[in-house]
Amino acid sequence: MLKRDVQELQRLARVIRSHIVRMIGVGQKGHLGGSCSIADVVTALYFAKMRHDPLNPQWPQRDRFLLSKGHGGAALYATLAHRGFAPLDALSKYARDGSAMAGHIVKDSMPGVETTAGSLGHGLPMAIGRALALKGSRSKSRVFVLVGDGECNEGTTWEGALVAAQFKLDNLVLIVDRNGEQSLGKSDDVLNLEPFAQKWRAFGWTCLRCNGHNFTELRKACDIKNRVAGKPTVIIAKTQKGKGVTYMEKDPLSWHYKTPKDEFLERARKELNA
Amino acid sequence: MRNTIVNLIHERAKSDSGIYFLTGDLGYSVVDNFMKEFPDRCLNLGIAEQNMMGAAAGLALEGKKVFVYSITPFVTMRCMEQIRTDVALQNLDVTIIGVGGGFAYGTLGPTHHAIEDIAMMRAIPNMKVVAPSDPASAAVLGRQILDQKGPWFLHLNKGGEPVLYPKIPYMKIGKAFVAKTGKQVSILASGAVAREALEAAELLDKAGIGAEVADVATIKPLDVEFIKDRLKSRRLVVTVEENNLLGGFGSAVAEVAAEFRGTAAFRRLGIDDRYSQSFGSQAYMRKLYGLSGQQIFETVKKIYGKL
Repeated sequence: MLKRDVQELQRLARVIRSHIVRMIGVGQKGHLGGSCSIADVVTALYFAKMRHDPLNPQWPQRDRFLLSKGHGGAALYATLAHRGFAPLDALSKYARDGSAMAGHIVKDSMPGVETTAGSLGHGLPMAIGRALALKGSRSKSRVFVLVGDGECNEGTTWEGALVAAQFKLDNLVLIVDRNGEQSLGKSDDVLNLEPFAQKWRAFGWTCLRCNGHNFTELRKACDIKNRVAGKPTVIIAKTQKGKGVTYMEKDPLSWHYKTPKDEFLERARKELNA
Repeated sequence: MRNTIVNLIHERAKSDSGIYFLTGDLGYSVVDNFMKEFPDRCLNLGIAEQNMMGAAAGLALEGKKVFVYSITPFVTMRCMEQIRTDVALQNLDVTIIGVGGGFAYGTLGPTHHAIEDIAMMRAIPNMKVVAPSDPASAAVLGRQILDQKGPWFLHLNKGGEPVLYPKIPYMKIGKAFVAKTGKQVSILASGAVAREALEAAELLDKAGIGAEVADVATIKPLDVEFIKDRLKSRRLVVTVEENNLLGGFGSAVAEVAAEFRGTAAFRRLGIDDRYSQSFGSQAYMRKLYGLSGQQIFETVKKIYGKL
């Protein structure tokens, strides 16, 4: 596992965000706010936590990562390319005519993309299947699955919460991107999830909370030492939609769907390149 | 039929450690032995079919060969999007086993009837659709399914069906099987209702109309060449199914007929796009929709008489 200091992870995340802005801004397709909110989580996983091999994406001993909130696809593609799974210039094809990469992630459209996602509430059940298979073969690999908090409106989240606990999937780590915003409003105004941590604990999960933009906290939360035998783990990562671009942080609702053009694109680039 | 299939998978699981069998809390007395012998691979994922289908995809992504079992509406329409997005889009080795095809659970009421599943599953790219007619054909086709990668949808009746083919039928996935020969009329039947078609054909023979019955268990991919041949060589081609006529087996054959210059007249028999208001056994329900052997005989005889 590669170890980099916090400053290096911050620098990487900034570079990844600047790529996300370029991918979405230039192609005018994709979800910028939700991609920026997960950029630090995905950076922490690929550069500090998960076992993987960019030269052998199918390495059986790797940790699995499933991005369930497929609309954050730009963050995954940019991170994978920076991690060496694909050349950086592949990112210019994101969501363009004729590309294997769509706005929402498509399995194998870039080495390392483990599933197709876009419709919400599919990642946790698939992660459960993978975790069952890995447990069955006594594998030491862990399965990380990243969902949005709005995504937790989906019933499959709670079916999965029951099943993962019942089958004692302690090789499963669910990370919730708790940016507090969804398509039409604040998450807790749409369907209130609180008390969120207590819900998970009541379902039989180990529940941790962290600042999803703080690498020290993220690394600590994802550490194998937190694993409790026989229990799945959920990490509620408090995040900011549009993180890294000030005008988006201030107006996250508008930037769920909107893609920045001209002046806005330039401002975002400047801020991230600073 | 369901016991035949489950036992086949159980047997194969003894030599293939990659086989997983998931049930949505159904299969009382059918899955017990399997579960007892392989508690780590024959799993009850609870009454949560959407999660179950997603988990099946996850297992298949790890290289496992996965079977998902429940009563048809619950293992198809309840988790249709998981079938599309997780299983079919990613083209995974998952076999969906729906029990209670058509009106097999007639008396249980309309929630347990399965008359839309064939149309739904046919419309999914990558999905192959098979509806065996009796335990012997289920065994023959089931073995072939075990040897080939999915995704598959297996439309089963339930248990206790009569054996239509005392000798092991020479059936192949993707090929129509001539169960009874006849020169004038060809009745193409799919699923357990083939039994009624066979009865009708015997009656037609007695009435002086030579009727063939082809058991078309594989609805997708369809045996297009066979159908084209019958559209040329017979005076009348009739499809019989215990499914809604819109989008089902008859529609699949009609798609071939519409694009092919045949000489035969063509009719579809099945459920005429309406839900029943009264309920009863499978035999009762078939009669409501004109699908008993006697009714099929009368309908075909009438159509043939007008040609």
